Order: sequence, then C-alpha cells, then structure tokens
Amino acid sequence: MGKVYKYGDNVDTDVIIPARYLNSFDAQELASHAMADIDASFASTVEKGDFIVAGKNFGCGSSREHAPLCLKTAGVQCVIAASFARIFYRNSINIGFPILECEVASKDIEANDNISVDYDTGIITNHTKNKTYQAQPFPPFLQKMIELDGLVNYVKAKKRGQ
Amino acid sequence: MGMTMSQKILAKHAGLDKVVAGQLIEAKLDVVMANDITGPMALPIFKQMADKVFDTEKVVLVPDHFMPAKDIKSAQNAKDIREFSHKQCLKNYFEIGQMGIEHALLPEKGIVVAGELIIGADSHTCTYGALGAFSTGVGTTDIATGMAVGELWFKVPAAIKFVLSGKPKKFVSGKDVILHIISLIGVDGALYKSMEFVGEGIKNLSMDDRFTIANMAIEAGAKNGIFEVDDQTIDYIQKHSKKSYEVFKADEDAIYEQVIEIDLGAIRPTVAFPHLPGNGKTIDEVEAMEKIEIDQVVIGSCTNGRIEDLRKAAAILKGHQVNPNVRVIVVPATQKIYLQCVMEGLTEIFVNSGCTFNTPSCGPCMGGHMGVLAAGEKCVSTTNRNFVGRMGHVDSMIYLASPEVAAASAIAGYIANPEKVEVI
Ligand code: SF4
Repeated sequence: MGKVYKYGDNVDTDVIIPARYLNSFDAQELASHAMADIDASFASTVEKGDFIVAGKNFGCGSSREHAPLCLKTAGVQCVIAASFARIFYRNSINIGFPILECEVASKDIEANDNISVDYDTGIITNHTKNKTYQAQPFPPFLQKMIELDGLVNYVKAKKRGQ
Repeated sequence: MGMTMSQKILAKHAGLDKVVAGQLIEAKLDVVMANDITGPMALPIFKQMADKVFDTEKVVLVPDHFMPAKDIKSAQNAKDIREFSHKQCLKNYFEIGQMGIEHALLPEKGIVVAGELIIGADSHTCTYGALGAFSTGVGTTDIATGMAVGELWFKVPAAIKFVLSGKPKKFVSGKDVILHIISLIGVDGALYKSMEFVGEGIKNLSMDDRFTIANMAIEAGAKNGIFEVDDQTIDYIQKHSKKSYEVFKADEDAIYEQVIEIDLGAIRPTVAFPHLPGNGKTIDEVEAMEKIEIDQVVIGSCTNGRIEDLRKAAAILKGHQVNPNVRVIVVPATQKIYLQCVMEGLTEIFVNSGCTFNTPSCGPCMGGHMGVLAAGEKCVSTTNRNFVGRMGHVDSMIYLASPEVAAASAIAGYIANPEKVEVI
C-alpha cells in the first residue's frame, strides 16, 4: 500500500526532470530533482512504495529515460494515468518500472488516498475510498520484461537462448 | 486488409508479410542514433549486453545538445561518447566542427533514406519520416539494445491519414502547417499512432517544410510521422546519399483510424501559446489581442534551423534593426548551413540587424545554454516545445512560431505579423 501524489493532464518530461539536471545520469542525483518543476516538495516527501496518479498523456515530451528512472529511484511504485506518452511508456517497461493505464482510476483517485495494485490482474484497490478499478494488465511479453527488471535482462536471457 | 506506409516498413524489417496494428514484433534496425545526453547513459547499459556495436556504420553518435560543452559534466559526457566512438571505430561520429543538430545532420549527411527503420534516443527522431522512413524516438535502454543487437521490439501502430491539398500562401510554411494540425487534434491527438501525410498538396511543400512537419509529429503524441515519397524526396536522397532506398506506399485498403483533410491554402501563420504546442492561435487572433511584448527571439533548432528557414528570416530582417528590448539568437542547425549563410550573405544580414549568430547546437531550445530565460521573460522561438521551464525559469513563457513570425517579432518587439513588415 502507498499514498498517492495526484497530477493533471500532459505532465511532461521537462517538469518530471528538467533539462538543467540532465548533465548527470546518476539515478540518485536525478531522483533528488524528480518532479522539480511541477511539485517542488515531491522529492523530499515521497516514500518508497508511493504512487503517482495523473490524467492523460503522462510523460509527454522528450525521450529522456531519466524521467521514469528518477521516479523509480525516488521510490515511486507505479504510475497510474488515463494514458501515457509512448516513449515514456516504452522507457518505463524497458527499465522494469510498472505503469498502468486506467481512466476511471485516474479520475477517481485523489491526492493522499492509500492504494495498492495487483500487477497480474491489473486490479487497483483504493483503500481510502474502499473501491477497486480494473486496469489493462500487461501482455505476457511485457510482463516477462518487467519481471526480469527490464529489457537488458530480457536480451541477455534471449542471447542465452532462454 | 492492407497496410499503411509505416506498417509496411515495419513488416519488412520484421521479416513478415503482414502486420496489424497492436501486434508486437521484433524488427531489424537500419540506423541507431544517440546524442551527448542519451548516449553516455546508454554506454554502461550497452556494456552489459555486448563488447562491440552490431554495425560500425549504423550506430551514429552526435554530440549536439550541450555542445560545445556548457560545463564540466557535459564535457565529461561528450568525452565518454567520443572515446567510445573511437574505440568502436564508428564511421558516423561527428565532432564539433563537423557536427550539427542530429535531426538536420543525418539527412544532410545521407545517413538516413526512404524505407529504413530508424531509432534515435531523442524524441524528435521522427523528423526522418519526411524522407519516407519509419523513424521513431526511444529511450536509453532501447538505444543500448539497438547498438548491441541491431534489433528491437515494437508495437505496430495504428495510423491517422492526413490528406493535404492546396498550396500554402506567402509567409506560411511547414511550421504553421504542423502547429495548425497539433492545435486541431491536440497534443495527444495521435498518441501511439503514425501520422501519415499524403495528397497532392505535398508537392507544394519543400523538403525543409516536410522535415519541420515530421519533426513535430511527436508533439501530437505520435510514434512517427511519415510523408509519401515523391520526386522531390528522391531528388533529395540522390543528392545527399549513396545508400539504396526503398519506396513504400500505403495499400489502397489500408486501415486508418481517422482521415483528416487539410487545405494548405487556408492555413494562416500560427503561434503556439504557453505551455503546450497545441495552444495554437492564428496571427489574426494574435493581432486582435493586446500586444505581447517579448524579451528574446530564437531562430534555429532541429525544427527550423535549416537553410530555407534562415533565408526566410533574413529576408524579413534585411534592412531592419532588432528592437532594442529584444535579444535575437540565430543558430544554424549544421556546419553546412552555417557556411551557406556566410556565402549567401545571410550572416551579414543577421549581424547588421543586431542578431547573434552562433555555432550549431541545440543551445537554447532545451534551456541548456546560449540563451536561457530568466523569470517572467517571454520568448518567441522557432523550436518545438513550449513546456513550463523548457528554456529556463519555470516562470518564463515560450511562444512557438515560424522563422518569419519570429523575425517580424524581433523587429517589432512584440509578437508580430510578417505580412506587415516592410520589405527593404
Ligand atoms: S534542437 Fe531542441 S528539440 Fe531538437 S534535438 Fe536539440 S534539444 Fe531536441
């Protein structure tokens, strides 16, 4: 279970991790600037296992993998949004960072609600409101990639012929 | 059921006769590109998978974002990819003095051609779709994988077809067309999809116009933007490249989720207001508003730093002076364009009118250097993103526009209509 940080539509990669910090790719350092330009207190208050819930087109903008990486490293368990920008979506899967699309959950869940997710079924439970929402679970191919903690291990496993 | 242009290219590279939207495939890559921000981050990931790149010609590294190095960390990042390129004997690494902004550089150097499958660790990799290639931006792990094994997973996209007709009026260019389209469908209007541009209107768009349009497909959320190949495309490819190319046309019965007709002749100069590229207003709407006074103008970037863009801006600035309250930063996108500006006398026009004229770089576009905005400042920029804080302080404002609108605004000191500038 984790608490929810809630944001609106079109949260772009420039606010998730502003370009002025991109001269580093140290995950910890990036995490310390996560969401800097949309929520200055995020990086100092987020705890391991927390969630981000947002509207549509989350992660739009640049291809910087620094964006999902800084959120993952900051301790975010999963981002739930009405929809994701596609490069952010790919990058998240590739680094084994779960993200779920669910329009109803995106609308209904509020800041500071306590929620949990069952990744196999795609069911999101809102413990504060006593409600559940059904998100689309990942297709098996992607589930395997997330299980292996990303594309690198997937490629390595494939090279080994597994 | 038939396939779209994008689907045909993906099918070919996956070794399949047919693919459908939503299908997951693994496909072979023709070009894998990264820059000084995404490249260094990819190297440790690459090393986990391989010692050698899959092909020394197909892996391309371009230090352009924070280059010439803006600080010590950026210098270190550039050093990392420089050393890697030399060690791996990469044919296509471009040092300062050779380089340009990647998305202007690769077509110019003939590295990308029609029919190819290209990935770049930069979202504006979609630019090469102007040449009839399937080209898309990816992240660091994807690029490291591409460099190591030369193939990658893709989800086959659905598509929207844009049927272009008519001819753009004077002072209307590719930038206005794409800003108009993004305002029409929204910044997630083409999410996960291909934007395919066809129709008899294409012939009235120059290659530079098409690069600008394909460049901003990502700003509508698209996976790729692609133009049907015509004589102009083939002429461009033959002038710039020795590579063989392949032309893919959509099947007659290809499935498109949406078909949108665009009359190029009806498009007005368009300005995207802060903080989304989809907040477009026509210049007439802008003129009906209170004047928007500006502090800075940027003319350059992978969207509008090509020779035609600079010619258009110079034609407006010629004989005029930049407003004393405005800083104007001109950045040609590549060394070749830089030299063209010198030879054609454009540099002289820019400098005489009070603009700075800079070495090729992404520079101010992503708030890196060479023109970062202070709190409260307003900038008219020919770049592609006007997100909060994109070019500097979170309280600065970016208005996206064509080179002509940018040049007219530089003279006026507020967002201005190029039609009203006296030609001297
Ligand atoms: S010019 Fe701007 S948008 Fe283009 S590649 Fe450089 S930073 Fe990205």
